[in-house]
Amino acid sequence: MKLTVQDLNSHYGPAHILFDIGFEVGEGEVVALLGRNGAGKSTTFRSIVGLVAQRSGRIMFEGNDVSARPTHEIVRDGLGYVPEERRIFTDLTVEENLEVGRQPKRPNAPHWTREKLFALFPNLGEMKNRPGGRMSGGEQQMLTIARTLMGNPSLVLLDEPSEGLSPKIVEQMVEAILTMKKEGVSIVVSEQNLHFARLISDRAYIIERGRICFGGTMAELDARPDIRDAHLSL
Amino acid sequence: MAFYVVQFLTGLASAASLFLVASGLSIIFGVTRIVNFAHGAFYMIGAYIAFTLTERLSGAFGFWGAIVAAAFAVALIGIIVEMVLLRRIYHAPELFQLLATFGLTLMVEDLVVLIWGPDDLVGRRAPGFRGAIDFFGQNIPSYDLFLIVLGPVVLGILWLLFQRTRWGVLVRAATQDRDMVAALGVNQKWLFTSVFAVGVFLAALGGALQIPRDAVHHAMDLRIIVEVFVVVVIGGLGSIIGAFVAAVLVSELNAFGILIFPKISIILVFLVMAAVLIVRPWGLFGRPEAPARKTPGLTVNPWRPLTSNERLAALAALVVAATLPLFAGNYALTVGSEIAISVIFAVSLHFLMSVGGLASFGHAAYFGLGAYGVAFLAKMAGLPMIGCLLLGPLLGCMGAAVFGFFAVQLSGVYFAMLTLAFAQIVWSIAFQWVSVTGGDNGILSIWPEKWAASPSHFYWLALGVSALVTIALRAMVFSPFGYALRATRDSLLRSEAVGINAKRIQWTAFVIAGTTAGIGGALFAYLKGSVFPDNLGISLSVDALVMVLLGGVETVSGAVIGAIVYKALNIWLVSQTDLSKLVLGGFIVLIVVVFPKGIVGMLEMLAQRRRKTSPPGSPLLAKPIESAE
Repeated sequence: MKLTVQDLNSHYGPAHILFDIGFEVGEGEVVALLGRNGAGKSTTFRSIVGLVAQRSGRIMFEGNDVSARPTHEIVRDGLGYVPEERRIFTDLTVEENLEVGRQPKRPNAPHWTREKLFALFPNLGEMKNRPGGRMSGGEQQMLTIARTLMGNPSLVLLDEPSEGLSPKIVEQMVEAILTMKKEGVSIVVSEQNLHFARLISDRAYIIERGRICFGGTMAELDARPDIRDAHLSL
Repeated sequence: MAFYVVQFLTGLASAASLFLVASGLSIIFGVTRIVNFAHGAFYMIGAYIAFTLTERLSGAFGFWGAIVAAAFAVALIGIIVEMVLLRRIYHAPELFQLLATFGLTLMVEDLVVLIWGPDDLVGRRAPGFRGAIDFFGQNIPSYDLFLIVLGPVVLGILWLLFQRTRWGVLVRAATQDRDMVAALGVNQKWLFTSVFAVGVFLAALGGALQIPRDAVHHAMDLRIIVEVFVVVVIGGLGSIIGAFVAAVLVSELNAFGILIFPKISIILVFLVMAAVLIVRPWGLFGRPEAPARKTPGLTVNPWRPLTSNERLAALAALVVAATLPLFAGNYALTVGSEIAISVIFAVSLHFLMSVGGLASFGHAAYFGLGAYGVAFLAKMAGLPMIGCLLLGPLLGCMGAAVFGFFAVQLSGVYFAMLTLAFAQIVWSIAFQWVSVTGGDNGILSIWPEKWAASPSHFYWLALGVSALVTIALRAMVFSPFGYALRATRDSLLRSEAVGINAKRIQWTAFVIAGTTAGIGGALFAYLKGSVFPDNLGISLSVDALVMVLLGGVETVSGAVIGAIVYKALNIWLVSQTDLSKLVLGGFIVLIVVVFPKGIVGMLEMLAQRRRKTSPPGSPLLAKPIESAE
């Protein structure tokens, strides 16, 4: 397994957010984490990369337990994270944003260069020197993904990549994610949008109120409209 | 005409060091979010070490080598400080960081005197820049011209460093979003340490470069830090260009202010700063910061009024305190009066800081203004003591009304820096305006009238006033005004959304706190029989902060306990050692690092732990867990 999460519990101050979260991601797989707003998708990702201080449980990445390590070490081991709110550096240009994400080449992961990323996201190549703050939402979303890929990750956590994007940009996003998969990057993508998830994912988990309540292939999920309606209400 | 040009060039030369120190402060703040109060201390150590090295090393290379070596040596000290002290407090509230670095400053002041002695040291002239250049009959030191060129050169180097290197890109990214930088695999610890080292290097270089111009002495840290705070408030904290422009502006205002208001030149700087703050509260080149969102569930200890049992206990304590004159001697009673006055001072700051969330670093200004108010009324108007005590604090009230109006436009560290700068301005006026305030000699022989003259009577007076003030402020905490004030503290946006005029509420709180401090100052003038500029100095402001902190910032009654313990300790300490600053500074650092909740906070925590084990969890604590999801 590429990534195994077991018994993950997280707290914000006195509030208990995640309850015994567990899921797995295989080598080269794209797994969707589905759930409504506030279900705990972002907190799950933030806990995996160590941005939530109060967490417990086991997080095995490529066979090593990373749950006690600081964020930057987990990321340097090849576990990339693309946050939901985009969080690009608005004062920095596109090229400088990419520079912040740059890490050395890794033997077990595809190697990304600026040129390769500009081919993947042609829009970015046309605005290399534009400050991040003067880009559209879709362009910013592409930049966050490109920035994380500069770290040559072998697995990427993608937090709601389709949120607030126009249908045309969403199409480009699907293309980009499928290219990443083809290159050999494992991906966990959190989504509220089932149609988007279906286009890219091999398997899916559903999270509700901080608990995993379903796990299976996309076909298995389609065979259970009751679960879909109860937890995703699309 | 030539005279004005020379004056202008002198101003530019002074701006160089100011810019170096201010840019260092700005860079450190940008990334670590720490306002490094010790920056002035690093500046001072830079000057002292450069002095020693330039004395030892000879020749032109020796001199310039010594200047650079001094800056590197101090940067090394900075790295140690960062790794040993600051790493422990990055996640503490900003007030604690300011206090810890202030404690460091106090320690350095004593250490510097221990190592280099208390006398001013006059350094060597810079080789190659010893002479002066004639400019239409006016002399310009050639070293000044060197500094004028150096300022923009350093600005250019910093610009290249930040725009053209990977380190610079990472620093700029971290200035905006530290967590995201870590989430991209950058080791923050290393980044913070390197940023701190660069900032300290700049401060030390600024200090080292001053030795051919000015004597090195052990008070230069506070002088520069106040100017630097003014510079970054005007230029915008975090902006290097802003630091440069504001450093030039402030230096020029100082250079020409002397011509316009020879006695109180600092007023000109104050006026400009006030004007900038009204138009752009975040400084000329800074940018407005989003109001900080607090993590929900941090305040788990809701405040409540005293229970009737606790009220009886407080009353009993007051009665016991009132019996002191029955068995104590005159010295003990004088100390007792001073402690009672400290309680007034501490609860007034507590009201502003804990209840209002506005940590003032210049609260002594209003204490001192109250004291000067009494002095003016008693000496010039010849009013009776009661009249003086009633009207004297109004000077503190007026000062708080004027400065508070500007100060509440800001919050957090900006508020702290601005209140400090205001206090320092009041101090300068008291110090420089000799014809009115007596300057350093103060105003003497303000003695109480017969009815309050004996130590026991005065003690009862101080105790009574301090009890009244404490009760009044406490009642206000649990009044509608107190609720509104606490609402602005906990969430400015939400409180405004429910119709609270936050600025007006905070301004009112500032005036109340200032007036109350003035009452303490008025009593203090009669206790000592004199007023001095020290009565509004920085060290007194910090005393108040430490009292509140020692008692516990997040508690309602901490200030009273903190004032009593701290003042008693302080008086005892000063009688025991000559190195009181070193001990006090170490004490402050220690509280911040190992004892951040204060005495009362610790007691409450222990009490709560005991309560938790007996009944199965308090309902107040259990609820938010359920509903927060």
